[in-house]
Amino acid sequence: MTVAPEKNELVVPEGHVKLVIDGIEVVAPKGELLIRTAERMGITIPRFCDHPLLDPAGACRQCLVEVEMGGRPMPKPQASCTITVADGMVVKTQVTSPVADKAQQGVMELLLINHPLDCPICDKGGECPLQNQALAHGRTDSRFVDRKRTFAKPIPISTQVLLDRERCVLCQRCTRFSAQIAGDPFIELLERGAQQQIGIAEEKPFQSYFSGNTIQICPVGALTSAAYRFRSRPFDLVSTPGVCEHCSSGCAERTDWRRGKVMRKLAANDPEVNEEWICDKGRFAFRYTGAADRVLRPMVRDKATGELKQASWTEALQVAAEALTKARGSAGVLTGGRLTLEDAYAYSKFARVALGTNDIDFRARPHSREEQEFLASTVVGTTPETGVTFTGIEAAPTVLCVAFEPEEEAPIVFLRLRKAARKGRTKVFHIGQWTSPAVEKTFGTLLATPPGGEAAAVDALSSHAPDVTEGLGKPGSVILVGERAAQVPGLFSALLRLSEQTGARIAWIPRRAGERGAVEVGALPTLLPGGRLVADAAARAEVEQAWGLEPGSLPDVPGRDTNGIIEAAANGELRALVVGGVDPYDLPDPQLALKALRTADFVLSLELRHSAVTEFADVVLPIAPSVEKAGTFLNWEGRRREFGTTLDGTGALPDCRVLDTLAVEMDADLFTQTPTAAAGDLARLGTTSTARAAAPTVESRQQSLPQSDGQALLATWRQLLDNGSLQEEEPHLAGTARRVVARLSEHTAEVLGVDKAETVRVSTDRGSVTVPFEYADLPDGVVWLPGNSGDVRVRRELGALHGSPVNVHPGGTE
Amino acid sequence: MTTSGPGQTYGGSSVTGGETYQAGHDDSTTAMDASVLSRAETTPLITEIREDLSVFDGIVDKARAIIARYPQSRSALLPMLHLVQSVQGYVSQAGIQFCARELELAPAEVSAVATFYTMYKRKPCGEHLVSVCTNTLCAALGGDEIYQTLREHLGEPGKPLGHEETAGTPGEPGSITIEHAECLAACDLGPVLQVNYEFYDNQTPEKAVELVDALRRGEKPAPTRGAPLTDFKDASLQLAGFFDRESDVEGPSQAAETLAGAQLAQDRGWTAPAMPANVAFPDLEKK
Amino acid sequence: MSTVDPVTPVLTKRWLSPRSWSIQTYEQLEGYTALRKALTATPEQIVQVVKDSGLRGRGGAGFPSGLKWSFMPPNEDKPHYLVINADEGEPGTCKDIPLMMADPHSLIEGCVIASYAMRSHHCFIYVRGEVLHCIRRLNAAVKEAKAAGYLGENILGSGYDLEITVHAGAGAYICGEETALLDSLEGRRGQPRLKPPFPAAAGLYAAPTTVNNVETIASVPYIINGGSDWFRRMGTEKSPGPKIYSISGHVERPGQYEAPLGTTLRQLLEMAGGMKDGIPLKFWTPGGSSTPMFTAEHLDVPLDFEGAAEAGSMLGTTAVQVFNETVSVPWAVMKWTQFYKHESCGKCTPCREGTYWLVQILERMVDGNGTEEDIDTLLDVCDNVLGRSFCALGDGAVSPIQSGIKYFRDEFLALCQKNREKNRKPAMAGAN
Repeated sequence: MTVAPEKNELVVPEGHVKLVIDGIEVVAPKGELLIRTAERMGITIPRFCDHPLLDPAGACRQCLVEVEMGGRPMPKPQASCTITVADGMVVKTQVTSPVADKAQQGVMELLLINHPLDCPICDKGGECPLQNQALAHGRTDSRFVDRKRTFAKPIPISTQVLLDRERCVLCQRCTRFSAQIAGDPFIELLERGAQQQIGIAEEKPFQSYFSGNTIQICPVGALTSAAYRFRSRPFDLVSTPGVCEHCSSGCAERTDWRRGKVMRKLAANDPEVNEEWICDKGRFAFRYTGAADRVLRPMVRDKATGELKQASWTEALQVAAEALTKARGSAGVLTGGRLTLEDAYAYSKFARVALGTNDIDFRARPHSREEQEFLASTVVGTTPETGVTFTGIEAAPTVLCVAFEPEEEAPIVFLRLRKAARKGRTKVFHIGQWTSPAVEKTFGTLLATPPGGEAAAVDALSSHAPDVTEGLGKPGSVILVGERAAQVPGLFSALLRLSEQTGARIAWIPRRAGERGAVEVGALPTLLPGGRLVADAAARAEVEQAWGLEPGSLPDVPGRDTNGIIEAAANGELRALVVGGVDPYDLPDPQLALKALRTADFVLSLELRHSAVTEFADVVLPIAPSVEKAGTFLNWEGRRREFGTTLDGTGALPDCRVLDTLAVEMDADLFTQTPTAAAGDLARLGTTSTARAAAPTVESRQQSLPQSDGQALLATWRQLLDNGSLQEEEPHLAGTARRVVARLSEHTAEVLGVDKAETVRVSTDRGSVTVPFEYADLPDGVVWLPGNSGDVRVRRELGALHGSPVNVHPGGTE
Repeated sequence: MTTSGPGQTYGGSSVTGGETYQAGHDDSTTAMDASVLSRAETTPLITEIREDLSVFDGIVDKARAIIARYPQSRSALLPMLHLVQSVQGYVSQAGIQFCARELELAPAEVSAVATFYTMYKRKPCGEHLVSVCTNTLCAALGGDEIYQTLREHLGEPGKPLGHEETAGTPGEPGSITIEHAECLAACDLGPVLQVNYEFYDNQTPEKAVELVDALRRGEKPAPTRGAPLTDFKDASLQLAGFFDRESDVEGPSQAAETLAGAQLAQDRGWTAPAMPANVAFPDLEKK
Repeated sequence: MSTVDPVTPVLTKRWLSPRSWSIQTYEQLEGYTALRKALTATPEQIVQVVKDSGLRGRGGAGFPSGLKWSFMPPNEDKPHYLVINADEGEPGTCKDIPLMMADPHSLIEGCVIASYAMRSHHCFIYVRGEVLHCIRRLNAAVKEAKAAGYLGENILGSGYDLEITVHAGAGAYICGEETALLDSLEGRRGQPRLKPPFPAAAGLYAAPTTVNNVETIASVPYIINGGSDWFRRMGTEKSPGPKIYSISGHVERPGQYEAPLGTTLRQLLEMAGGMKDGIPLKFWTPGGSSTPMFTAEHLDVPLDFEGAAEAGSMLGTTAVQVFNETVSVPWAVMKWTQFYKHESCGKCTPCREGTYWLVQILERMVDGNGTEEDIDTLLDVCDNVLGRSFCALGDGAVSPIQSGIKYFRDEFLALCQKNREKNRKPAMAGAN
């Protein structure tokens, strides 16, 4: 007897099933939707409503296939986007089943009977799933000779999104995205039957921070963007992968451009980071690079007229080099929070090598020594392998957000939080001032404190909210802290204690794209690249060696932070300032900052556009925006987000190149001629085993409410869409910003006597703002203002911080 | 969706930046400047209108009472929309915002529901709503004719009233909104019509004209099945679950048709088989 | 089996009594005796009796009720719900509303027993909004039952609690589909849900839920009192029990006739006094417009679940709409199709777009502007809707068209013929 050769049986791992699709055996994980299994095998079943990140709908019926279970064919074709795989299932798609093919052709014909023939003028033409699938699975002629359904077209549903109901196939991707993913059910199915349509409530526009995603996932041209409408055909565009420059999430994007101009941005798929979504700021805010006030040529201030005038690079660099060489040892560097890793590194090295100083700080916002210690001890060096990640948030049993407004400050973090909470696995707590939309949409619990009282609240958690500490004790739990924490003394220290106590890991999620990278490269007065301490001789020696410097040549005294640099410049202690992308009005004391710029003997500004800094600058050197250069953003996870040049040949130079040349003029070598060179130079520093900074230990304090009449404590943070300079030139986007209002409790309004007024006037000794208000569940004695929205520019007009006492009066009265 | 590499195009020809046709002027700027929205169009898209909801102050308690009937508040939406109609005679944008406020929903979520169901009216309704069944069976028995007759009778010469249109000023006494309705579940009594959802059975065009004329005169002819007639708003309040007049329940319901089978059985002495006495429950333990 | 009378009033037996809707009348006529009895049994025993009785859903699909009940999980990790589908709207159907108006307490008693059997403590009666008087009567009945201790806390001292909420719909035929009904009851658009999960696993508020028709639940007290064998004395082996047949249209005495399942149209016509004015029968529906039509050929088809199916239709709701020779089949089909177009919820493509298209073809044909190809197109579009739509509404929508063309193709062809004659151009004078 011969032994038959073993058949090449498919191995079915635990948790998997075996089925047959179009005659081919396949193994699939339990619970997988049939349409995905088929897709993995290369069998594409046409579909419209199906989207892998949305709950199944089964609405369009385009993906019908024949299914046989246990040898018995199911009586009707099944929607492969809703049926999950099962052991022994036999599936016939349109490839092998005439029934499935006829069903799909039938549905396609029905979808097309009311579809307008306006493909030639439709934005989606050329990249339209309906067009493509109609070609593959549709009839060549139409039997429909009757009246088509017509609607007025298009109707704007926000300043940014237009809706063409005739083109809509009612797949509900947009409504499901808005309800499920964003939590903004402002766009809905209306009417019924053949009149069913997408729409908004008549008096409530589609003002969602994520509305652009609906345009991208619309499988037809029903949703189009006001900004992109009629501007180009997809096949005329060049697509370049990119990374969003707006916030610290580092979303993967696709930039579509032609003739040297960006036409649109789309979300790219990165399951580890942004999945397939981006926020509207990331999608729509890109025209700032084409603003009329863009600095295109170097400029030098004319001694005679006091005006800036165009100069050659040679002249400008010579003037700057001369002045800075003179000021060596008495110059400070402010870099702003929007630099790439490579550019920030160049500033860091420039300060140490060319200027011989540790007076460098990237923080163009309120900051503290405690924050600096926290960054140096806890944040620097973390990577996705060692720290908190997006997927870590999704898997966390408990998330505590402190001084962090996820939807406003890091919208994609917000989407993950919501995703996690919506699945019911993650409990989200927020320590803040009121039940903001993000608290509601993350199904969160608010632990309200007065502004400035967050640290005390954290310390009191184990006694006042033991469920929070208990939840944080579950493995995988995380604490997310935002930039506002720097305005609350003791908060970082309290969080470190909480982390120690519960085992929950802390992630620092700054607002700006460049902040995390700036920490890593040492754009801080106490840190050298890689978390090396300025004060540590061994650390300095490592850097000196890598940089080819004489031993002992690096400045060994920790430098001034942003406040220190501003103060020193304002009182004449510092003679020169090198300023990257900094808006003085973002700083804690804008008046002092302006004084510093005015007082300093020499100000060098590296800028994209004219600003309050260039107004005082002696030399202005133009630099490239992110689409015109290559580089890397380090996102809040510490994940490297590298991107190449999108628009080549514009002549704009990255900061690292400008600084490199300037340093040469000053007889110093940075080796940062290109982002690649800078990255290489940074990499040569390697990792270090030198001492790490000690964690901060600042006492928390109870925030006391102002006692005098007409006073309240100010709570404030910035909204996603506001007066930020990267959002300029975008009227459509601006139209979807949140209403500019103050918020306070009804009781506070009564006590302050503003309850009968329509507006409140919030003032300090610096100035005042008058703004409509709404009631919210803030602690008594607290008023909330958006940081920089409309006429409410808290720092600029009030010079106030989160937790400052302010005067509150009815609008229009003294 | 995946992105293509640098310099590649997505879904089309392989044109790169350098080799593309270069327009003499930058036409994309023109397109960019030509916003498709005028300022007048933009304003309502930025400003969310907040309706004055004080008209509903009187029903806040009722709304909360409805919410209390259900384990989850959203279930109260359908009755609450009926309740809103009891105030204004239709579901206005203010009514939508009122429901949204009370149920903590987005106005769009309320609109989605309000526009799905035919009983929620988008325009102010007359004092009375007359619904004529024009589904196949009633239509075959004369329902279509009744509806046509009423349209012409209530409309202007040469301009018959349309579906959900009103004769007279909505809300004023004697005003009548007509609609054609789908099957009203009274097929044995067809053709039927309803006034404020009370049944008027076995209608003819003549009877229907007589009925609407009486309504216009301010009379309230009794329905063949149902409670004494009030008006559309009051009916809406009852649909929201508020029944204030106990005697309403006594209104007639059993037409001869309803009782036809029972009567026939009684006349002929037909009955169902007699029930055995004391039937025991199956003993499950033994199984 | 001994012979059973042609009309067997069980559900309808109190209807002739004065104030039959009141609790006094109900209690005088054995009302709430079944509840007292049921509360002495275990929930499992009640489910078993209902299983044994062979009771099948009276809403149209005929699913065995006891089996449906047994799908409810035995534990109470989540609240259980019983939801009564009183959204009677299938054209021709008018049995549940008369029942609820005439004898609401039989439904309430059935609800209490069924809820007890399924360990539910909150029952909802979803009534279509257009039947205000019926809602009024139900509401009063709930109040009366509560006052008498048949509802609320500690019912009849048993320790069992139940609330009943009467919920008015707002005008949408689709809400008769059980998952659409649940969405509607949750305050949403009444659009059908994906199944699985089935309601018994995740229904109302994602909790275990059973949705039953009014007539089904109203039958339960009689089954408890009479036992399964008694119930099975009426009807057929697979379709036992009495059933309210609603006879409407061109008959002498339209109305509600409660007869054993399996009764034929010939018998029903005899009860209803025959065809009105003696004009002969042309077509009829056995159970609403969604059930393919029958003709005079089908007078002797036993109207039970099996009989109707074997003859190519469905029992549906036993809404027998009778049409005589004066009615045009294409016209009737067009009217029904208009109804389905109006009531299509819009969720899925085949139903939404299919009904939109079918109506236009039929309207064109009835107007005398159809072509023979239109008939083929009608049938092919029907084929692309049938079994392709999300729920059964699409299937129902094509029933009248497919069956209408099957039995009366000549009538459709005649309309096209008229069109052809109308469009025939006279030969040009002098042409060769």
